[in-house]
Order: sequence, then structure tokens, then C-alpha cells
Amino acid sequence: MNEIRTILATDCGSTTTKAILIEQVEGEYRLIVRGEAPTTVEAPFEDVTRGVINAITEVEELTKRVFLDGDEVIIPPRDGNGVDAYISTSSAGGGLQMMVAGVVKNMTAESATRAALGAGAIVMDVIASNDGRLAHEKIDLIRKLRPDMILLSGGTDGGSEQAIELAELIKAANPKPRLGSGYNLPIIYGGNARLQDIIRDTLEGISALSIVDNLRPVLERENLNPARDKIHDLFMEHVMQQAPGYSKLMAMTRTADKQVPIMPTPGAVGLIMQAIAEEEQINVVGVDIGGATTDIFSVFDGTFNRTVSANLGMSYSVANVLAEAGLSNILRWVRSDIEEEDLRNRIGNKMIRPTTIPQTREELMVEQAIAREALRLAFIQHREFAVELKGVQQERTISDAFEQSESGRSLVKMLELDLLVGSGGVLSHAPRRVEAAHMLVDAFLPEGFTRLAVDSIFMMPQLGVLTELHRQAATEVFRKDCLIHLGTCIAPRGILRSGTALKISGKLGDGTDFNHEIGTNELQLFKLPEEPAIELIFEPARSLDLGAGKGKPVKRAISGECVVGLIVDTRGRPFQFTRETRDRQSLLNKWDICE
Amino acid sequence: MATSFTPGLRVAKNIIVRKERRLPLLGEVLVKSGDTVKADQVVAETKLPGRIFPVNVANALNVTPPELKEAMFKGIGDQVEEGEVLASIKSFFGLFRSEAKAPIHGTIESISFITGQVIVQAPPVPVQVKAFVDGRVIQVFSNEGVEVETNGSYIQGILGLGGETLGPIMMGVEAPNEVLTPDKLTPAMKGAVVIGGSLLRLDTVRRARELGINALVTGGFHDGDVKQLLGYDLGVAITGSEDIGLTLILTEGFGCIDMADRTFELLKSLEGRFASVNGATQIRAGVIRPEIIVTRDGEELQVETVHTGELTEGQTVRVIRNPYFGRIGKVTGLPPELTLIPTGAAVRILEVEFTDGERVSLPRTNIELILE
Repeated sequence: MNEIRTILATDCGSTTTKAILIEQVEGEYRLIVRGEAPTTVEAPFEDVTRGVINAITEVEELTKRVFLDGDEVIIPPRDGNGVDAYISTSSAGGGLQMMVAGVVKNMTAESATRAALGAGAIVMDVIASNDGRLAHEKIDLIRKLRPDMILLSGGTDGGSEQAIELAELIKAANPKPRLGSGYNLPIIYGGNARLQDIIRDTLEGISALSIVDNLRPVLERENLNPARDKIHDLFMEHVMQQAPGYSKLMAMTRTADKQVPIMPTPGAVGLIMQAIAEEEQINVVGVDIGGATTDIFSVFDGTFNRTVSANLGMSYSVANVLAEAGLSNILRWVRSDIEEEDLRNRIGNKMIRPTTIPQTREELMVEQAIAREALRLAFIQHREFAVELKGVQQERTISDAFEQSESGRSLVKMLELDLLVGSGGVLSHAPRRVEAAHMLVDAFLPEGFTRLAVDSIFMMPQLGVLTELHRQAATEVFRKDCLIHLGTCIAPRGILRSGTALKISGKLGDGTDFNHEIGTNELQLFKLPEEPAIELIFEPARSLDLGAGKGKPVKRAISGECVVGLIVDTRGRPFQFTRETRDRQSLLNKWDICE
Repeated sequence: MATSFTPGLRVAKNIIVRKERRLPLLGEVLVKSGDTVKADQVVAETKLPGRIFPVNVANALNVTPPELKEAMFKGIGDQVEEGEVLASIKSFFGLFRSEAKAPIHGTIESISFITGQVIVQAPPVPVQVKAFVDGRVIQVFSNEGVEVETNGSYIQGILGLGGETLGPIMMGVEAPNEVLTPDKLTPAMKGAVVIGGSLLRLDTVRRARELGINALVTGGFHDGDVKQLLGYDLGVAITGSEDIGLTLILTEGFGCIDMADRTFELLKSLEGRFASVNGATQIRAGVIRPEIIVTRDGEELQVETVHTGELTEGQTVRVIRNPYFGRIGKVTGLPPELTLIPTGAAVRILEVEFTDGERVSLPRTNIELILE
């Protein structure tokens, strides 16, 4: 294989196509430039490659180099023009929309949902034998939703045979794909292996059926990769082929030696999150808050989970944030007196004119209040989903009998979270980086020691697909050009009514003392000198825990190489703050680390 | 890029309007290319497959699925009445009889000897598609529907509730800044499309329903009233199937906002004419806007300017975000460099002079073009 030095990568979003140029400079891969153009999957263009060409043309203009020969990307480079690889991700046209079916709602159906989400899909609905809906209601739903693909699971190997009933329901519904009518709907079966022949007999005539290994062969173990890989293959073979211009785009994404498959955008972001967690051996939570949806990714102790909150977003779905969070939860973050009717109308107008941006400080405050609630709700959904496998029998000792823990505990352990990464317009493009940090802390309520970062220009999707082609290039660019380190948040777990919540002591590199006592119910920002590791001792009050146990001091090296600083949050975990909280406005003023 | 494109809503006096009228499933097209059609004329029809009711007959009879072969009275394709016996079996030395009955009137769709499930399908539901506008069929999509063309006025709204309806246009107010209150509605407006101004409230919608008015058109409407009307928050702007007793179209947005002069004047000039109105809206990729179409056959067509997508000095724009929401002005400058706005963000801006002479700078994303 030729050495890859220059890479062009695009991400075709629902509204904008973003192109980045990555190049090896003095032995390191770096981002050179970024261009963008409106996505062109809709009329009058109906060809995604138009937007791609326009975005690449902007990269050409900015670099004063040539990457295109007509509508073709020049690969490999010749005479100083062209690139070694062109790759792409896509979520245009609504991304990959799937329906998932399984026998038991919180066992096989949940595993199937995890497989679909991990592959980058939006899960439109989950059908389970025990979901409480009547059979004809399920059939109506399958007919109405028109997914791009169905993933059917159910039963451990040699176990329950109810997946056949689900297959019969799907057959009776005879579902049609969302895009195009000239092909059969792809269905993947990943359930009880003993039923494969019966499932084939039932579904082969009405669908493009694929059979993969059982995604829950035994209750104690998931085997999601065969289903995920099949989803990616079918996404390329069936769904993408139907979208306008994608067959052309699929031919364009390649190196000199091979084709490189297009990946669904969230699937690509998941890959980069996993890569970074693996390389640094850390626990990571990442969020991408978009106009229509919010994606959350987590890797805890090597286990990856992704959720999509399909109707939590900052433009198309902004009114839904109001509907789900409630007006008073949004208003609790707003410092000025806004009439409820006025706020409702403002949010409604953002929904119907989604491309507008706030022009005044007050409008920005409202927008960031909504973002806090969208992120908070999406994270709640994620924590409920990212759990240990349910239905697993556990061996209990006598001590466990006193600690009645059930199977299905959340894998998201806030005290063990090392890095929280935010991306999406409202975070990546916040006028000041400290505002992004403030939103992340208020929405995610990190505990213990958590590093905060944002994606500088939202290039995680392109870097994700790049990990499949050239992992070194992807991780180098991710660290140097994509991640902007905001700082570290220190937040003890527990509630303290009054007194000193936390003492910090240590010395900075120049010998100056760094000694602070922080009272309860504070949010404070400390600027740090630009040193890679400042050794500090953190001593929480007796009822508070920083990860070492209640009242136990913790010695930590904190990085000063960040754009915001050290954020100390002693507002308590759980955080109790409502619109009715006494002195709400003055508390908000006190907590304002952005001024 | 030096260009910026924010297409506004279309408000055209007399242009060629084409509407695709498609069935949800394949069916029969009842007209042919070149036919003249009326708005309420059925142009295509089909039958939607009936609802499906599975019955686990093996469970009901307490037999194994393979034993169903002996017990079934009916076969695939047979018609059954509601309550009719599908299968039965004698038990306990023939003393007792277990029966499984059809849950609905319909046809046996399938019998599974693996799961014991019998699927009964209700009779098909007829679905018709009407022409929606007075016009001429210019294209037939075989077994799917037609494309109807007409010359007429075409007005897009920003958001609608409720689906398609028809009726004559009647003015409910005198000026675009006037509120349409319930007392301005009269029994003579029954079946009409009534035009309001800057606002109407829930009491006006209720009164309009009582009077049998088919559609209301207004500049603004409060979001809180939408919630009251629907009984839930409108989470995403995908509408058209709401059952609110009439069709409601907002031309400007949420709040009290004067209807744009051009929209108001055009609607006023159409008073008494027959309009086709559709509230269906989808603000996502592939935007669908609510619309009002009035056929004006035989009148002179307006020459439509094809918009290149470029924003240039001298164009008329409307601000679509606070603090200048709804104001109209002309573009006086398009500085190419990023400019700091009061939020602290550096963005591309444009300079606008409002009709009263005031000049302001705005983010380019916060305006929409008024297409002349």
C-alpha cells in the first residue's frame, strides 16, 4: 500500500457538507484547512456529490491547490495536486433509520437496540413480544414507520422460539423501505441459531434477508459485532444506493489501492471515542448536540454505548426540548425576567426558522438554557440505557444479600469518568469557550475529577472514519487539532449545607502557593499557569467524596494546558436547583464563571 | 464563500403551479393526461390493506401447532365473519369442545403450523386522492397518481395545522396589523377561508369551528395556544394530520406579528375566489410549507425570476429573529469578513436599512429574502 500523507475527508450532514484536509507535516498528521457547503440531497440538485464538490472547492480556494479533476478527486497525487485518500461519512437524508425487534424487551430487544445504535442508526421503534402492545398494533406500526432496515433478534441459542412469531408479524405487515420502491427491505436476523431455517422460510420472499450470529447467544454475553458489521454492509449496499447521488459518492471514496466504505456519521464518531478511550486507557463520555438529535457516546472500562435522543436538538427539535423538559426547567437557567408566553414563542420561532442564531446576550442565554436541558435529558436517557446486561443470573455472597443490587446497573459511573467531550454547534461554536464548559458542567454534573473538552470545529465524524483507514493520523489530529481542552472540573459527591466544602493546596511551577478554601454551593473558576501537571491536594469536607471515600484527601496532577482553567463545583451531588429555589437569580449570578 | 442564500416564503400573484397527487399505495388512476379536473374531483383511488389481527389458535384450543391441521375449519383465503368458528377440537372423551373464533370480519391471511398463529385480515379500506386544485392533468404516474397543473396565485405560510381543505377567501380584518377577534367572524363565513392579520387567539379558533369555517390564515399565533388547541406541545414542526376541526395557517410565526403587506394585499385582492388550502408542514430536510392556491386561469402570468441563490445589495429582506423580528428592509452592505456581534460570536453579517431609515447589522442567517 502507498504511504498515506494527504487525506481529504467529508461529512455530509443533513444541512451542511464539511470537508477537511489532513496532511503529514514534519512527521505529524495535522488539520490543514476546512471548507463547507450546503448539502445537496434535496431538489433541485438531488445529488449529494454537488455539495461534496462545492465543499472540496472551498478547500481548494483556501489552500490554493487543486484536488479535483472535473468531478473526480485526484488520487493518487500527481504534479503536486490531489490526495492519497478521500473518505466520507454521511447522515444526510435522515441518516440510517432502523426498527428493532426482539423477544424480551429488556433482554434481546435491548441487545438488538444496542447493536443498531452502535452501528450509527436511529432506532425508530423497538418491538418486543412483551412490550404490551397488541399484535395488530405492532403490525400497524411496522407498516407506518417505513424503516430503512429491520434487525430481528430473540432467544438465546437453543432457547426461546418466539422470534418466529415476530417474523410472522413482520411478514404480515409486509413492510416497504423508506427510500425507493425497486428493492426489498433489508432484514437482519440475529437471534436463536436453531430457528434460522424457519426464519428464512418466513421472511425470504418479502425481504432481502441476512442471517448473522446470534447477538445474545447466552444471557450472560452479547455478541454485537456480526450484526453491526452487517448493518454497515447493508447500509452501503441498499440504503445508500437509493439516496440521491450516493452511488457516485461511493465510487469516489478510495485510496489508490482500494475503495473505502462510507460510514453513517454517528458510527464514525463512536469509533473515534473508542479509539481515544483505548489509547489513553480512560473512561470517556462524548456528546454531539445537533439541530434535530443529540447523540451520547460512552466508554466505561472498555464497554462502548451510544444513544440517540432523536427529538432533542437545538433547532428542528428545539420545541420538543421545551415539551420534554418543561418550561420551568428551562427558565431556571435564565437570569432575566422573561414572560412565559414570550419564551414559548421564541422557542417556537427557532423551530420554524432553524438556521437563525442569537444576536443578543439575552437570546444567547435562552439558547444556552435550552441546551443545558437538552443535554441533561439526553444524558439521563443514556444512563438508563448504558447498563449491565439484564437477565443475567448473579452469584451472590452473604454480603450481597444486604446490598440488593439488581442486574442492569448503569455502566456510567460519574466518579470514574475521566474525559467529557462536547461537540455540535451550541458547544463547539459557543462565543466563548468558558460558556461551553459551563454548559457541560451544568448539564452532565460531573463528579470527582473530570477533564472537559470540545471538538474545535466538529470534525469527529471524519476522524472516526479515518481510524478505519489510518488510526495514527486520526488520533494525532484528534489530539492536536480537534480536541480543545477546556480544563478540569472538580466536584465532590454528596451534600453539605454550610461550611467549607473543599480545601485545595499545592504549589505552582514558579513556587507560588495555590491554597484555596471553597465554601458550599459555589461554582468557581481558577485560571492556571500553562503547565502540563500541577500537583495539588484536594481535601473534601467529611460528608463529601472525591472518589477516595468520604472526607478522604486526593492528590492529583492537574493540567494547566487548557483554555478555561480549573472549575470547582461544590453545589452538591445530587444537584438540587429548581425555578423555585430561593435566591435563584443571585445564585445564577454567583455561579457565573463566564463573566 | 461570498454568497449567502436564505430563501424566503413564496408569495406569487399568478404563476404556474404543479401539484403531484399520489396514492399511498399502488392503485388505479381515474383520469388521463390532458383532462381538465376540478379541485374536489377524485383522480386516483386504491384500497389500503385492512388491519391484521393474529389469533393464536393453538393456544386457544390447547393443542400443539402441528395438531392445528386437524382442527382448522377454514383455509388460507377463506372469508370469515366476526365470531365465526375458525377451529375447534373435542376434548375429554368428546364431552367438551374448545373453539377459536374470528376476532373480526375478514379473510384468513396465513396459518402457521409452527407457532399456531392464524392471521385474519380485515377488508381493505378505500382511499381516494382528489385533484386539490382546479387545473389540467399534465402527467400520469402509472398506478400511482397524477400531476395537475394550474395557473394561479401561490402563497406559502411558515407553519400550518390540519390538512387539505377548500373554500372561498373572505377577509376577516381590514389591515395586516389587526387582530382577528371572534366577533369579526360571521355565519356567512361558513365553509370559507378567512384571512386575519397580526394575531388570532384560541377563542377565535373555537368560534370559527362553531361557524363551520374551513380555514383560518393569520400572521401570528401564540405557541401556548397551539398547545391548548392540540392538547400537547408541538415538539417538531411536522404537521398536517391534526384533527382540529379546521385548517390553520401562520404566515409569519409565533407571537403577534403583522402579516407581511404583500401577502395580505394579495389575499385581499383574491377575496371571493375559491382557494385550495393545505396546512401540512415539514421543517426538516425536504421542507414542506403550508400553502394557499387560487386558480386564475386565463389571466396574464407573472414572469417569475429564477433566484440564483445569491444575496446581493439592494434586495429586500425580512428579519426572522429577535431583536428586529418581522421588520423589512433593503440590504445595504455585505462585508465579507467575520464581524463580532453582541453575543461575542464572530459571524458573517449583512447591513440592512429598514423602511423607516434605521440601519442595523445582522447575522446573515437571521434574514430571509423576500422573493419579488
